[in-house]
Amino acid sequence: MNDKDVQRREELGPDRRQEISSLERRALLKLGFAISGVFLGGSVLSLVSVRKADAAGAPVIGGYPYNPHYTMVIRERHCIDCELCKEACVKTNGVPAYGYRTTILEKRRALEEGKFETTFMPVLCNHCNNPPCVRVCPTTATWKDKTTGIVGIYRPSLCIGCKTCMTACPYNARYFNEERRAIDKCDFCFASRLSKGEKTTACAAACPADVRVFGNLADHGDRVYRLLHAPETLIWVLRPETGAVPNVFYVNT
Amino acid sequence: MNTHLAGIFPRSGGLEARRSTTLTLTMALLALLAVAGIVAGIHSLVAGHEHTFGVSRGVPWGILIATYVFFVVISTGLCIVSSIGHVFGFKEFMPIAKRAVFLSIVNISTGFLVIAFEIESSWRMVVGNVVGANLTSNIWWMGTLYGFYLVLMVVEFVMLQKGRHGLASACGLAVLLTGIAANSNLGAVFGLLNGQWFWQGPYMPIYFVTSAATSGAVAIIFYTVLAYKVNGWQMSEAMKQSLGSVARLAVLMLAIIVFFTFWRTVAGVTGSAPGRHEALLALLNGPYRFNFWAGEVLLGLVLPLVLLLATRGRNINVLFVATLIAMVGMFFMRYDLVILGQLVPPYHGMGLVDYPEFYSYSPTLHEQLVVVGGAAFCGLFFLLGERFFRGHLVDSH
Repeated sequence: MNDKDVQRREELGPDRRQEISSLERRALLKLGFAISGVFLGGSVLSLVSVRKADAAGAPVIGGYPYNPHYTMVIRERHCIDCELCKEACVKTNGVPAYGYRTTILEKRRALEEGKFETTFMPVLCNHCNNPPCVRVCPTTATWKDKTTGIVGIYRPSLCIGCKTCMTACPYNARYFNEERRAIDKCDFCFASRLSKGEKTTACAAACPADVRVFGNLADHGDRVYRLLHAPETLIWVLRPETGAVPNVFYVNT
Repeated sequence: MNTHLAGIFPRSGGLEARRSTTLTLTMALLALLAVAGIVAGIHSLVAGHEHTFGVSRGVPWGILIATYVFFVVISTGLCIVSSIGHVFGFKEFMPIAKRAVFLSIVNISTGFLVIAFEIESSWRMVVGNVVGANLTSNIWWMGTLYGFYLVLMVVEFVMLQKGRHGLASACGLAVLLTGIAANSNLGAVFGLLNGQWFWQGPYMPIYFVTSAATSGAVAIIFYTVLAYKVNGWQMSEAMKQSLGSVARLAVLMLAIIVFFTFWRTVAGVTGSAPGRHEALLALLNGPYRFNFWAGEVLLGLVLPLVLLLATRGRNINVLFVATLIAMVGMFFMRYDLVILGQLVPPYHGMGLVDYPEFYSYSPTLHEQLVVVGGAAFCGLFFLLGERFFRGHLVDSH
């Protein structure tokens, strides 16, 4: 399946859903969830349920292994590239000029008659359920917290700077902080905000367009849960083929 | 103490190293280059790679990782080649065994020296690798196993020097198994990264062990002929025959690497695995085409194969030229393998604006100095080894 297929599916109205293959329809009906796509480098791999997208590789399909299961939903089409999120991240977490914990990429899609459509794609650490960076760290300087699921550099004093985690990360989410002599990355503002009682990340709080929605996927009343389980929502994750099972979801609503 | 040392450092017998002004000056130059490399490396650790190295967020592993791989793969290969004679008892491989063991120690030490400057907080390894040992990490296994390997290899060498061949053989077997385990883990460091499709797969650990055997056969011929040339020694018939046998092994291993390279290329070009395909195109017909065709294919494989086959391993001068250019070609192989695997950005093919098709990397002066310093360190200890161990001659046992 390619970009055109995705585009076609997005353009399908509710009354034309019969154009989706029967196999996909069965999977959809069986699980009773909204249609979602998994976007991979310009090609959609499959249409899967939200729960299945989240739970691929997780022990129980439909379950979220952490509580709070911290998640970020990116409402991509609303991003205007104002970069206030980046500024807030830098200020809150002391990110040096040569590094970043989050950034915004610009996508361009050709339309008819020489026109094109631009969308902005915020990217950050995906706090994967199966984080490749954690497996490769020789000194367990980094791990995925058993309660929150946040992947962090919890013991920077053990980081030897081999940078294997940087090569392992499918999202280029890590950089070497020269001042701390250790790898640094997004920790969903756990050290700077969540551990101090704040409820959301600096980037989400700073976003004027309500692009970044942060919350607990294990809480059915939480906005991220509702966004990811709303009908008529196209949901995708980045680079699902790596088997990392990310927790940053992109939606078209 | 002196008796023990006398057992390790022979005072008579063997071959007397040449003591000429040229050789002394060469060793002084090598020492100077090694010190320059170490100083550059220490400066890079103090100032930070951000300011001194060409590595970046996109390409965090640079030429020093390639150099480390180059030396440790040679070390493992020398261990494999030495074991054929003094562990498994193939007599034709006996004459090269002692030199191979010694140079294996020198090469792994060079690898460790170089990587100490690439690992940006390397001083934390001593505590970190023990306190935070991660058994799922291939790089932890690789580092730990190579650490044991070095210690065991030194014990093996001492036993060989003392003429305790039974213990040396037992130790040699342990070193061989540890070395292969370490080497295949080094391959797995690359092969088990699912986000990097150029490396990903079981091919890497297998390729690394095969490359090691190839490197070992090539390197022992190169070093042996060089030792005899610089010291003006006359090569015995037994040594010539031994080198001929090693050359036949080298031909076989090079042919296997041709096979590996061919199918990796065909598989990468035919399929369209994201990342692997683009990286291979960069290698075959992109910015790295010179490295591949001139470095890897011509110097690393075709010319050595042609030269070795043409002379059937009998002409010592041709053996030297063939193995010298093969070593240069192998450096290209290691460099391309390490760098190409990182060049394709993670979000390629998504129609991103101002997003590179390939990341770029070129080594800085600091990195080049460390590489040259590492090679000089290796060369210096090779020459010192010939002098202090009197040509590494092997007693019959």
